[in-house]
Amino acid sequence: MVDEKGVPAGLWARCAACGHMVYEKDVEKLLGVCPECSHHRRVDARTRIRHLADPDTFEEFSVDLKSTDPLKFKDRIPYKERLKREQAKTGEVEAMIIGKAFIRGRPVILGVMNPMFIMASMGAVVGEKMVRAAERAVEDNLPLVVVTASGGARMQEGVVALTQMAKTASALAQLDDAGGLYIVVATDPTTGGVSASFASLGDIVLAEPKAMMGFAGPRVIQNTMNVELPEGFQTAEFMMEHGFVDRIVPRSDLRTEIARIIDFCGK
Amino acid sequence: MSNDEGATQANGSVVAVPLNTTTYLDFEKPLVRIEHDIAELQLEHGQTKRSVSADIKQQRSRYRSTLKRLYTNLTPWETVLVARHPQRPLTTDYLKTVFRDVCELHGDRCFGDDDAIITAFARVGGHRVMVIGHNKGKDIKERVACNFGCAHPEGYRKALGKMRLAQKYGLPVVCLVDTQWAFPGIGSEERGISHAIATNLMEMARLKTPIVSVVIGEGGSGGALGLAVADRVAMFQHSFYSVISPEGCAAILWKTAERRQHAAEALRLTSTELSRLGAIDDVIPEPVGGAHRDPAAVAANLEKYIVGSLDSLKRMKLPTLVRKRQERVRQMCSFYESPLEVKAAAEAAKEKLATRRATSRSSRISGRFTRREKISG
Ligand SMILES: [Zn+2]
Repeated sequence: MVDEKGVPAGLWARCAACGHMVYEKDVEKLLGVCPECSHHRRVDARTRIRHLADPDTFEEFSVDLKSTDPLKFKDRIPYKERLKREQAKTGEVEAMIIGKAFIRGRPVILGVMNPMFIMASMGAVVGEKMVRAAERAVEDNLPLVVVTASGGARMQEGVVALTQMAKTASALAQLDDAGGLYIVVATDPTTGGVSASFASLGDIVLAEPKAMMGFAGPRVIQNTMNVELPEGFQTAEFMMEHGFVDRIVPRSDLRTEIARIIDFCGK
Repeated sequence: MSNDEGATQANGSVVAVPLNTTTYLDFEKPLVRIEHDIAELQLEHGQTKRSVSADIKQQRSRYRSTLKRLYTNLTPWETVLVARHPQRPLTTDYLKTVFRDVCELHGDRCFGDDDAIITAFARVGGHRVMVIGHNKGKDIKERVACNFGCAHPEGYRKALGKMRLAQKYGLPVVCLVDTQWAFPGIGSEERGISHAIATNLMEMARLKTPIVSVVIGEGGSGGALGLAVADRVAMFQHSFYSVISPEGCAAILWKTAERRQHAAEALRLTSTELSRLGAIDDVIPEPVGGAHRDPAAVAANLEKYIVGSLDSLKRMKLPTLVRKRQERVRQMCSFYESPLEVKAAAEAAKEKLATRRATSRSSRISGRFTRREKISG
């Protein structure tokens, strides 16, 4: 460990879950996991790909797809402006990245959602990329691995966003009919329209510890039912207890676990 | 009309006959005033015996033109109000007016029977069908029993089970969509509402029997979509279909539900807008003043649409039907752009043209047939 006094400010941060001061380099080494409490931080899509794929094997498809703002949506700021800000903030064009990669030597089609980009909400681009990933998995006869994280359908694209749920589910029906393997890795948060479409349709559903998973927002449920929500409601553990998750896998084990499942399925 | 001037009661006093017993919406205030004027005329006739038929006739015509004006210019928020009108015909009404020989089927074979979605064998036109519709309930007791049409996972699983039954016996599926959203609750999450809706979307995309879905009132979010992956999707003229309720959208984006009118506009949730966006195939017209003013007329329109759609869908071979459904869903609402792909396509076209020119030049030189000669020869 480096001497605490010798470390410039900014290299230490307080863990949002346990409150401990943690050395950022340590957290990074643990793939964004707190060394004190194992809290799995949200990570952006590029970092996630670095964590999952064999070095320098990721080959991205459909890199520049962007929304045409079909609704000309404007709330407090125009949607076009919001997109520009998100693009400037993240350096990404949209909330999902797809491509081909190797995971422990096994070739896969990999899709990764980016919770840093409008909370990875799904509009026409995320829907299209998810569909293209599924189609490519059929074409190349490769397993499809998708890391989900999303606040749900993107309100600023209205019914266009809603339609993407049907579109992705239909593409996955075709992948299934072709005998393709589809592995979902649900990460924090996997909710709303993404949860009610492609995130719930995996042949295998893996989830990171304590990831929030659910359809309706907890506040909405609380207001509707007027009751206290049970402890641990809508976590990965809750979803596993109720039969909707196959395995909870710590981030450090994801590569091994995915490779193992691919081998079991003979893909 | 004989009783335009009011009905005479046994005791000789005259009471005003209301035009109808419609519950008026806020934006319909001008109609309330006209109706009030007519009532006053009738009362005046009762007291003075002065003939008021001409005046009443004039007022009635004013009523009709006002109604028409209001309904041809509905704002998106007004459309939402009409779609949620307490007297708007529901699935249970259409089960009486459009469908015959209705044989309700219950239960998801797993957890229970959700009253928020009704599933039934029925006949419509010359077709035997499986009809599946959200049930909002007619009175408060029914509404509470079916959670105001907000279905739990067991509702969607019941729907899918009955769709599979329909597939097995070659019956087309007719879905009537009318829900605010899927039920947001603890039990709903525990039993996997996400999984239930997702599974419906996937299985409806490959169900080997025709599916027709019609949004009859509210098309709210995933709860609506869970019954709306189909070969033909239509909306009633004054229904709406949206990713989120205007209230919910306003609360999130404007931080106050008061902005629901703005949200309703921004979300483009009317049948006109959805047609324009290509999110639906057809719009089924409603009588002037909305479905609740003439339930028989709107039922006839619905029946015509369902029967017409089934007639043409049943002519298709099943593999073609399913392939076309999937292609339709694939192309729907593809509102994205890719400068790189446009550039690549342009370059590919240029290259193709260059190759063709080169081949035609070389074939001319070598004296072989050019493409044109081949075609004409
Ligand atoms: Zn911690």
